[in-house]
Amino acid sequence: MIITGQPDQQIINRILNGDQSAFALLVEKYQNYIFTLVLRFTDNREDAEEISQDVFVKAYRSLADFRGDSKFSTWLFTITRTTCLSFLRKMKLDTLSLDNERTSIQLVNRESSFNANLVEQKSRHTLLNQAIAMLSPDDAQVLNLFYKGEQTLEEIGKIMGLGQNTVKVKLHRARQRLKDKMEKYFAHEVLEIHLD
Amino acid sequence: MDQEIEQRIWEYIDGHCSPAEQVLITKLLAEDPVWQSKYTELSGIEELLQKEELEIPSLRFSKNVMEKITQYQVAPATRHYINKNVIRGITAFFLVMILGLFIYFLGQIHWISNSSNRLLPVSLDANKLNWGKLLNGSYINIFIGISAILGLILVDKYLQAKKNTGRTEH
Repeated sequence: MIITGQPDQQIINRILNGDQSAFALLVEKYQNYIFTLVLRFTDNREDAEEISQDVFVKAYRSLADFRGDSKFSTWLFTITRTTCLSFLRKMKLDTLSLDNERTSIQLVNRESSFNANLVEQKSRHTLLNQAIAMLSPDDAQVLNLFYKGEQTLEEIGKIMGLGQNTVKVKLHRARQRLKDKMEKYFAHEVLEIHLD
Repeated sequence: MDQEIEQRIWEYIDGHCSPAEQVLITKLLAEDPVWQSKYTELSGIEELLQKEELEIPSLRFSKNVMEKITQYQVAPATRHYINKNVIRGITAFFLVMILGLFIYFLGQIHWISNSSNRLLPVSLDANKLNWGKLLNGSYINIFIGISAILGLILVDKYLQAKKNTGRTEH
Protein backbone atom coordinates (compact mmCIF):
# COMPACT_ATOMS: atom_id res chain seq x y z
CA MET A 1 0.00 0.00 0.00
CA ILE A 2 1.26 3.49 -0.85
CA ILE A 3 2.32 5.20 2.36
CA THR A 4 0.29 8.29 3.00
CA GLY A 5 1.79 11.25 4.79
CA GLN A 6 1.85 14.80 3.62
CA PRO A 7 -0.47 14.99 0.57
CA ASP A 8 1.40 14.88 -2.73
CA GLN A 9 -0.05 18.18 -3.91
CA GLN A 10 1.23 19.93 -0.80
CA ILE A 11 4.74 18.54 -1.38
CA ILE A 12 4.57 19.54 -5.05
CA ASN A 13 3.57 23.10 -4.11
CA ARG A 14 6.56 23.29 -1.77
CA ILE A 15 8.89 22.16 -4.57
CA LEU A 16 7.36 24.59 -7.06
CA ASN A 17 7.90 27.36 -4.52
CA GLY A 18 11.61 26.58 -4.50
CA ASP A 19 11.97 23.96 -1.74
CA GLN A 20 14.00 21.44 -3.75
CA SER A 21 14.66 19.24 -0.69
CA ALA A 22 10.92 18.43 -0.46
CA PHE A 23 11.33 16.28 -3.56
CA ALA A 24 13.08 13.72 -1.34
CA LEU A 25 9.68 13.03 0.27
CA LEU A 26 8.23 12.05 -3.10
CA VAL A 27 11.29 9.93 -3.91
CA GLU A 28 11.04 8.11 -0.57
CA LYS A 29 7.35 7.53 -1.05
CA TYR A 30 7.44 6.18 -4.59
CA GLN A 31 10.93 4.73 -5.12
CA ASN A 32 9.94 1.12 -4.43
CA TYR A 33 6.94 1.27 -6.78
CA ILE A 34 8.96 2.84 -9.57
CA PHE A 35 11.87 0.47 -9.07
CA THR A 36 9.56 -2.58 -9.10
CA LEU A 37 7.81 -1.39 -12.26
CA VAL A 38 11.09 -0.70 -14.02
CA LEU A 39 12.49 -4.08 -13.00
CA ARG A 40 9.61 -5.71 -14.88
CA PHE A 41 11.01 -4.12 -18.03
CA THR A 42 14.75 -4.55 -17.64
CA ASP A 43 15.39 -7.65 -15.54
CA ASN A 44 18.66 -6.06 -14.43
CA ARG A 45 18.92 -4.23 -11.11
CA GLU A 46 21.66 -1.83 -12.20
CA ASP A 47 19.77 -0.73 -15.29
CA ALA A 48 16.55 -0.56 -13.29
CA GLU A 49 18.16 1.72 -10.73
CA GLU A 50 19.55 3.99 -13.46
CA ILE A 51 16.20 4.19 -15.26
CA SER A 52 14.30 4.78 -12.00
CA GLN A 53 16.61 7.69 -11.21
CA ASP A 54 15.94 9.08 -14.70
CA VAL A 55 12.21 8.79 -14.04
CA PHE A 56 12.50 10.93 -10.91
CA VAL A 57 14.73 13.49 -12.62
CA LYS A 58 12.24 13.76 -15.51
CA ALA A 59 9.37 14.06 -13.04
CA TYR A 60 11.22 16.80 -11.15
CA ARG A 61 11.97 18.79 -14.28
CA SER A 62 8.41 18.64 -15.58
CA LEU A 63 6.70 18.95 -12.21
CA ALA A 64 5.12 22.26 -13.24
CA ASP A 65 3.23 20.33 -15.91
CA PHE A 66 1.45 18.18 -13.32
CA ARG A 67 -1.96 19.79 -13.25
CA GLY A 68 -3.49 17.65 -10.53
CA ASP A 69 -6.29 16.35 -12.75
CA SER A 70 -5.09 12.80 -12.01
CA LYS A 71 -3.30 11.22 -9.06
CA PHE A 72 0.40 12.10 -8.84
CA SER A 73 1.16 8.37 -8.85
CA THR A 74 -0.71 7.94 -12.18
CA TRP A 75 1.32 10.79 -13.68
CA LEU A 76 4.57 9.35 -12.31
CA PHE A 77 3.76 5.83 -13.58
CA THR A 78 3.10 7.29 -17.03
CA ILE A 79 6.58 8.84 -17.03
CA THR A 80 7.95 5.49 -15.85
CA ARG A 81 6.33 3.64 -18.71
CA THR A 82 7.52 6.05 -21.40
CA THR A 83 11.05 6.06 -19.95
CA CYS A 84 11.12 2.25 -19.91
CA LEU A 85 9.80 2.03 -23.46
CA SER A 86 12.50 4.48 -24.64
CA PHE A 87 15.10 2.36 -22.88
CA LEU A 88 13.78 -0.83 -24.51
CA ARG A 89 13.74 0.87 -27.92
CA LYS A 90 17.35 1.96 -27.44
CA MET A 91 18.33 -1.55 -26.33
CA LYS A 92 16.57 -2.99 -29.34
CA LEU A 93 18.46 -0.66 -31.68
CA ASP A 94 21.76 -1.53 -30.01
CA THR A 95 21.20 -5.25 -30.39
CA LEU A 96 18.96 -5.37 -33.43
CA SER A 97 20.79 -8.19 -35.17
CA LEU A 98 20.88 -10.35 -32.06
CA ASP A 99 17.41 -9.46 -30.89
CA ASN A 100 15.46 -12.68 -31.42
CA GLU A 101 18.34 -14.88 -30.42
CA ARG A 102 18.97 -12.82 -27.30
CA THR A 103 15.32 -12.84 -26.24
CA SER A 104 14.98 -16.58 -26.59
CA ILE A 105 18.28 -17.18 -24.76
CA GLN A 106 17.14 -14.82 -22.00
CA LEU A 107 13.85 -16.66 -21.60
CA VAL A 108 15.52 -20.06 -21.46
CA ASN A 109 18.07 -18.77 -18.95
CA ARG A 110 15.38 -17.19 -16.83
CA GLU A 111 13.35 -20.37 -16.71
CA SER A 112 16.28 -22.69 -16.05
CA SER A 113 17.77 -20.46 -13.35
CA PHE A 114 14.42 -20.31 -11.60
CA ASN A 115 14.20 -24.09 -11.60
CA ALA A 116 17.75 -24.35 -10.21
CA ASN A 117 17.03 -22.00 -7.35
CA LEU A 118 13.72 -23.46 -6.33
CA VAL A 119 15.05 -25.41 -3.37
CA GLU A 120 16.50 -22.32 -1.75
CA GLN A 121 13.76 -19.90 -2.64
CA LYS A 122 10.48 -21.25 -1.50
CA SER A 123 8.80 -18.35 0.16
CA ARG A 124 5.52 -17.49 -1.48
CA HIS A 125 6.65 -13.95 -2.29
CA THR A 126 9.80 -15.12 -4.00
CA LEU A 127 7.80 -17.61 -6.03
CA LEU A 128 5.30 -14.97 -6.99
CA ASN A 129 8.00 -12.47 -7.95
CA GLN A 130 9.73 -15.12 -10.02
CA ALA A 131 6.52 -16.02 -11.79
CA ILE A 132 5.77 -12.35 -12.48
CA ALA A 133 9.29 -11.86 -13.82
CA MET A 134 8.57 -14.58 -16.36
CA LEU A 135 5.63 -12.65 -17.77
CA SER A 136 5.89 -10.06 -20.54
CA PRO A 137 6.62 -6.50 -19.29
CA ASP A 138 3.09 -5.44 -20.20
CA ASP A 139 1.45 -8.26 -18.22
CA ALA A 140 3.73 -7.66 -15.24
CA GLN A 141 3.07 -3.94 -15.40
CA VAL A 142 -0.72 -4.35 -15.41
CA LEU A 143 -0.52 -6.62 -12.36
CA ASN A 144 1.83 -4.25 -10.53
CA LEU A 145 -0.22 -1.18 -11.26
CA PHE A 146 -3.45 -2.87 -10.23
CA TYR A 147 -2.27 -4.64 -7.08
CA LYS A 148 0.62 -2.50 -5.85
CA GLY A 149 0.22 0.87 -7.51
CA GLU A 150 -3.38 1.20 -6.34
CA GLN A 151 -4.46 2.28 -9.80
CA THR A 152 -7.98 1.77 -11.09
CA LEU A 153 -8.62 0.24 -14.52
CA GLU A 154 -9.26 3.73 -15.86
CA GLU A 155 -5.97 5.04 -14.45
CA ILE A 156 -4.05 2.05 -15.82
CA GLY A 157 -5.66 2.86 -19.17
CA LYS A 158 -4.31 6.42 -18.95
CA ILE A 159 -0.83 5.19 -18.11
CA MET A 160 -0.73 2.60 -20.88
CA GLY A 161 -2.71 4.58 -23.43
CA LEU A 162 -5.49 1.98 -23.56
CA GLY A 163 -9.24 1.87 -23.06
CA GLN A 164 -10.70 0.67 -19.76
CA ASN A 165 -12.14 -2.50 -21.31
CA THR A 166 -8.83 -3.37 -22.95
CA VAL A 167 -7.13 -3.02 -19.57
CA LYS A 168 -9.76 -5.31 -18.04
CA VAL A 169 -9.04 -7.97 -20.66
CA LYS A 170 -5.28 -7.46 -20.25
CA LEU A 171 -5.56 -7.85 -16.48
CA HIS A 172 -7.54 -11.04 -16.86
CA ARG A 173 -5.03 -12.47 -19.33
CA ALA A 174 -2.08 -11.44 -17.18
CA ARG A 175 -3.54 -13.28 -14.17
CA GLN A 176 -4.28 -16.26 -16.38
CA ARG A 177 -0.69 -16.37 -17.64
CA LEU A 178 0.62 -15.93 -14.11
CA LYS A 179 -1.47 -18.86 -12.97
CA ASP A 180 -0.16 -20.95 -15.89
CA LYS A 181 3.46 -20.08 -15.03
CA MET A 182 2.92 -20.94 -11.38
CA GLU A 183 1.32 -24.25 -12.28
CA LYS A 184 4.04 -25.08 -14.78
CA TYR A 185 7.12 -24.11 -12.78
CA PHE A 186 6.06 -24.02 -9.16
CA ALA A 187 3.27 -26.57 -8.90
CA HIS A 188 4.81 -28.47 -5.94
CA GLU A 189 5.79 -25.30 -4.10
CA VAL A 190 2.33 -23.79 -4.51
CA LEU A 191 0.82 -27.01 -3.19
CA GLU A 192 3.17 -26.93 -0.18
CA ILE A 193 2.25 -23.32 0.51
CA HIS A 194 -1.44 -24.23 0.38
CA LEU A 195 -0.86 -27.15 2.76
CA ASP A 196 1.03 -24.86 5.19
CA MET B 1 -15.81 -23.23 -20.53
CA ASP B 2 -13.10 -23.10 -17.86
CA GLN B 3 -11.90 -19.78 -19.25
CA GLU B 4 -15.38 -18.34 -19.11
CA ILE B 5 -15.87 -19.47 -15.52
CA GLU B 6 -12.51 -18.01 -14.57
CA GLN B 7 -13.27 -14.68 -16.21
CA ARG B 8 -16.59 -14.43 -14.40
CA ILE B 9 -15.00 -15.36 -11.07
CA TRP B 10 -12.24 -12.76 -11.56
CA GLU B 11 -14.86 -10.11 -12.22
CA TYR B 12 -16.70 -11.28 -9.08
CA ILE B 13 -13.49 -11.07 -7.03
CA ASP B 14 -12.65 -7.61 -8.45
CA GLY B 15 -16.20 -6.42 -7.79
CA HIS B 16 -16.62 -5.50 -11.44
CA CYS B 17 -19.77 -7.52 -12.15
CA SER B 18 -23.35 -6.29 -12.04
CA PRO B 19 -25.48 -6.88 -8.87
CA ALA B 20 -27.57 -9.51 -10.71
CA GLU B 21 -24.42 -11.33 -11.87
CA GLN B 22 -23.03 -11.12 -8.34
CA VAL B 23 -26.13 -12.84 -6.91
CA LEU B 24 -25.95 -15.52 -9.59
CA ILE B 25 -22.24 -16.23 -8.98
CA THR B 26 -22.73 -16.32 -5.20
CA LYS B 27 -25.39 -18.96 -5.78
CA LEU B 28 -23.17 -20.95 -8.15
CA LEU B 29 -20.31 -20.81 -5.66
CA ALA B 30 -22.56 -22.18 -2.95
CA GLU B 31 -23.94 -25.03 -5.06
CA ASP B 32 -21.53 -25.98 -7.84
CA PRO B 33 -18.34 -27.87 -6.84
CA VAL B 34 -16.59 -26.89 -10.12
CA TRP B 35 -17.17 -23.22 -9.38
CA GLN B 36 -16.13 -23.75 -5.76
CA SER B 37 -12.78 -25.30 -6.67
CA LYS B 38 -12.08 -22.60 -9.30
CA TYR B 39 -12.92 -19.91 -6.77
CA THR B 40 -10.55 -21.41 -4.18
CA GLU B 41 -7.78 -21.55 -6.78
CA LEU B 42 -8.27 -18.00 -8.06
CA SER B 43 -8.79 -16.41 -4.66
CA GLY B 44 -5.47 -18.03 -3.64
CA ILE B 45 -3.73 -16.22 -6.50
CA GLU B 46 -5.59 -13.02 -5.63
CA GLU B 47 -4.37 -13.30 -2.04
CA LEU B 48 -0.79 -13.82 -3.23
CA LEU B 49 -0.99 -10.82 -5.53
CA GLN B 50 -2.44 -8.64 -2.79
CA LYS B 51 0.47 -9.54 -0.55
CA GLU B 52 3.13 -9.22 -3.25
CA GLU B 53 6.22 -7.44 -1.93
CA LEU B 54 7.86 -4.57 -3.73
CA GLU B 55 11.45 -4.62 -4.87
CA ILE B 56 13.74 -2.27 -2.97
CA PRO B 57 16.45 -0.20 -4.69
CA SER B 58 19.86 0.44 -3.14
CA LEU B 59 20.13 2.52 0.04
CA ARG B 60 21.78 5.34 -1.87
CA PHE B 61 18.93 5.61 -4.35
CA SER B 62 17.23 8.62 -2.82
CA LYS B 63 20.55 10.44 -2.30
CA ASN B 64 21.56 9.78 -5.91
CA VAL B 65 18.31 11.25 -7.21
CA MET B 66 18.65 14.32 -4.98
CA GLU B 67 22.25 14.82 -6.13
CA LYS B 68 21.15 14.58 -9.76
CA ILE B 69 18.32 17.07 -9.46
CA THR B 70 20.59 19.75 -7.99
CA GLN B 71 21.84 20.23 -11.56
CA TYR B 72 18.34 21.02 -12.78
CA GLN B 73 15.52 23.43 -12.24
CA VAL B 74 11.82 22.75 -12.56
CA ALA B 75 11.03 23.68 -16.16
CA PRO B 76 8.21 26.18 -16.69
CA ALA B 77 4.88 24.53 -17.46
CA THR B 78 4.39 23.95 -21.17
CA ARG B 79 1.01 25.70 -20.95
CA HIS B 80 2.89 28.92 -20.14
CA TYR B 81 5.11 28.99 -23.18
CA ILE B 82 2.98 27.29 -25.82
CA ASN B 83 0.75 29.98 -27.22
CA LYS B 84 -2.59 28.55 -28.31
CA ASN B 85 -2.90 31.26 -30.95
CA VAL B 86 0.22 29.93 -32.67
CA ILE B 87 -1.27 26.43 -32.78
CA ARG B 88 -4.55 27.86 -34.08
CA GLY B 89 -2.60 29.80 -36.71
CA ILE B 90 -0.78 26.68 -37.90
CA THR B 91 -4.07 24.75 -38.03
CA ALA B 92 -5.69 27.56 -40.02
CA PHE B 93 -2.73 27.62 -42.42
CA PHE B 94 -2.99 23.91 -43.15
CA LEU B 95 -6.76 24.12 -43.55
CA VAL B 96 -6.40 27.02 -46.01
CA MET B 97 -3.71 25.10 -47.88
CA ILE B 98 -5.83 21.94 -48.14
CA LEU B 99 -8.87 23.95 -49.16
CA GLY B 100 -6.83 25.86 -51.78
CA LEU B 101 -5.46 22.66 -53.29
CA PHE B 102 -8.93 21.13 -53.26
CA ILE B 103 -10.40 24.12 -55.12
CA TYR B 104 -7.52 24.07 -57.59
CA PHE B 105 -8.03 20.38 -58.32
CA LEU B 106 -11.74 20.93 -58.76
CA GLY B 107 -10.86 23.56 -61.34
CA GLN B 108 -8.76 21.02 -63.22
CA ILE B 109 -11.56 18.46 -63.50
CA HIS B 110 -13.27 18.16 -66.88
CA TRP B 111 -16.91 17.68 -66.14
CA ILE B 112 -18.34 15.28 -68.73
CA SER B 113 -22.00 14.38 -68.72
CA ASN B 114 -22.30 10.66 -69.14
CA SER B 115 -25.86 9.49 -69.67
CA SER B 116 -24.89 5.81 -70.15
CA ASN B 117 -23.28 5.49 -66.70
CA ARG B 118 -25.23 7.32 -64.03
CA LEU B 119 -23.02 6.02 -61.23
CA LEU B 120 -20.01 7.93 -62.59
CA PRO B 121 -21.29 11.26 -63.82
CA VAL B 122 -17.85 12.87 -63.54
CA SER B 123 -14.53 11.74 -64.94
CA LEU B 124 -11.11 13.05 -64.01
CA ASP B 125 -8.43 12.81 -66.63
CA ALA B 126 -5.17 12.64 -64.68
CA ASN B 127 -3.11 13.03 -67.86
CA LYS B 128 -4.63 16.42 -68.49
CA LEU B 129 -3.72 17.81 -65.05
CA ASN B 130 -1.22 20.62 -65.42
CA TRP B 131 1.39 19.59 -62.84
CA GLY B 132 3.86 22.19 -64.00
CA LYS B 133 1.36 24.92 -63.37
CA LEU B 134 0.52 23.42 -59.98
CA LEU B 135 4.12 23.34 -58.82
CA ASN B 136 5.30 26.63 -60.30
CA GLY B 137 2.15 28.69 -60.38
CA SER B 138 1.06 31.60 -58.30
CA TYR B 139 -0.82 29.28 -55.87
CA ILE B 140 2.46 27.79 -54.68
CA ASN B 141 4.06 31.22 -54.37
CA ILE B 142 1.12 32.37 -52.26
CA PHE B 143 1.34 29.32 -50.00
CA ILE B 144 5.12 29.69 -49.62
CA GLY B 145 4.61 33.33 -48.73
CA ILE B 146 1.95 32.55 -46.13
CA SER B 147 4.02 29.73 -44.58
CA ALA B 148 7.11 32.00 -44.42
CA ILE B 149 5.11 34.70 -42.62
CA LEU B 150 3.62 32.14 -40.20
CA GLY B 151 7.08 30.68 -39.63
CA LEU B 152 8.47 34.11 -38.77
CA ILE B 153 5.56 34.74 -36.39
CA LEU B 154 6.25 31.38 -34.73
CA VAL B 155 9.98 32.16 -34.30
CA ASP B 156 9.12 35.61 -32.95
CA LYS B 157 6.66 34.14 -30.39
CA TYR B 158 9.24 31.53 -29.35
CA LEU B 159 12.01 34.10 -28.86
CA GLN B 160 9.62 36.41 -27.02
CA ALA B 161 8.59 33.57 -24.66
CA LYS B 162 12.24 32.66 -24.10
CA LYS B 163 13.09 36.29 -23.31
CA ASN B 164 10.21 36.52 -20.83
CA THR B 165 11.27 33.27 -19.12
CA GLY B 166 14.81 34.61 -18.81
CA ARG B 167 13.52 37.78 -17.16
CA THR B 168 11.41 35.91 -14.59
CA GLU B 169 14.34 33.67 -13.65
CA HIS B 170 16.67 36.66 -12.92
